[in-house]
Amino acid sequence: MRRVAIVVFPGSNCDADTLDAARAAGSDAYYVWYRDTTLQQADAVILPGGFSYGDYLRSGAIARFSPVLQAVAAHAQAGGAVLGICNGFQILCEAGLLPGALMRNARLKFLSRPVRVRVEATDTPFTRTYERGDELTLPIAHGDGRYVADPQTAALLEAHGHVVWRYVGDNPNGSMHDIAGVCNAGRNVVGIMPHPERRNARVLGGEDGARVFLSLEARNATQHAGDMRAVDGRHLRV
Amino acid sequence: MTAFTVEIRVMPRASLLDPQGQAVQHALQALGFREVGSVRAGKHLVVEVRAASREEAAARARTMCDRLLANPVTEDYDVAVETA
Repeated sequence: MRRVAIVVFPGSNCDADTLDAARAAGSDAYYVWYRDTTLQQADAVILPGGFSYGDYLRSGAIARFSPVLQAVAAHAQAGGAVLGICNGFQILCEAGLLPGALMRNARLKFLSRPVRVRVEATDTPFTRTYERGDELTLPIAHGDGRYVADPQTAALLEAHGHVVWRYVGDNPNGSMHDIAGVCNAGRNVVGIMPHPERRNARVLGGEDGARVFLSLEARNATQHAGDMRAVDGRHLRV
Repeated sequence: MTAFTVEIRVMPRASLLDPQGQAVQHALQALGFREVGSVRAGKHLVVEVRAASREEAAARARTMCDRLLANPVTEDYDVAVETA
């Protein structure tokens, strides 16, 4: 059982769904408040969706300076698993923990509907129980989901397999290279615009997102997490 | 210390799609402003700053842009200092 910290910002609104999804996958999931400075011995951290700080200035721009982000950055730098979903993805980009940025949807509208995405990388802590090429139906709910990066960064993402999910068929927001999710060079920090936590049970219309959370509990889940655990700001090998 | 008013303009980088500017452009053209070419939409911030000099006020404002007010991946900014 992995300890999974769900960070709650003022304006988060997918925190409860994310907590439920992690618990349904068997994790010991709990909330961490944005003012907290410790992740309480987390194995993995998830920044959930929502509208932290009302999306003022830019989505995620203010949340990235929250006290808890220092602990998240230290966890990430030590190789710990970090997932940002939707607004969490925006925050990770603003914090520089993931490359690129998320801009206003190309057709301006806020989009809330299911989309198709393809799993492009399975060597991350959140996709290891998928098969490369799996196509999933996941809901999106965002106004600022157009992924952009400078051409050099985009070329590196492709060359090193840092694109984790890609929209298939229909690119809803104009993201470059149809990118729906990426990881960092260490492959331990992952961001995704669609909401896997909203599609983890049949009653929600499908289970395509469940394996994002089940991946954390997979037998080999610590391989890429580097067997690190954050304890009061220090990082211990476990 | 002198009070300065710093006007900061943050614009989406020219090479990137600016759907908001495009929407405004189409709306202006639909209203009959046929002379309108491209439109770009950004942000204008007015920041009151205390500083020893105009140069220091500008330097501090640029640091604010680098750290928070502009996203280096997607936006460019410029800074103009007025005495308050």
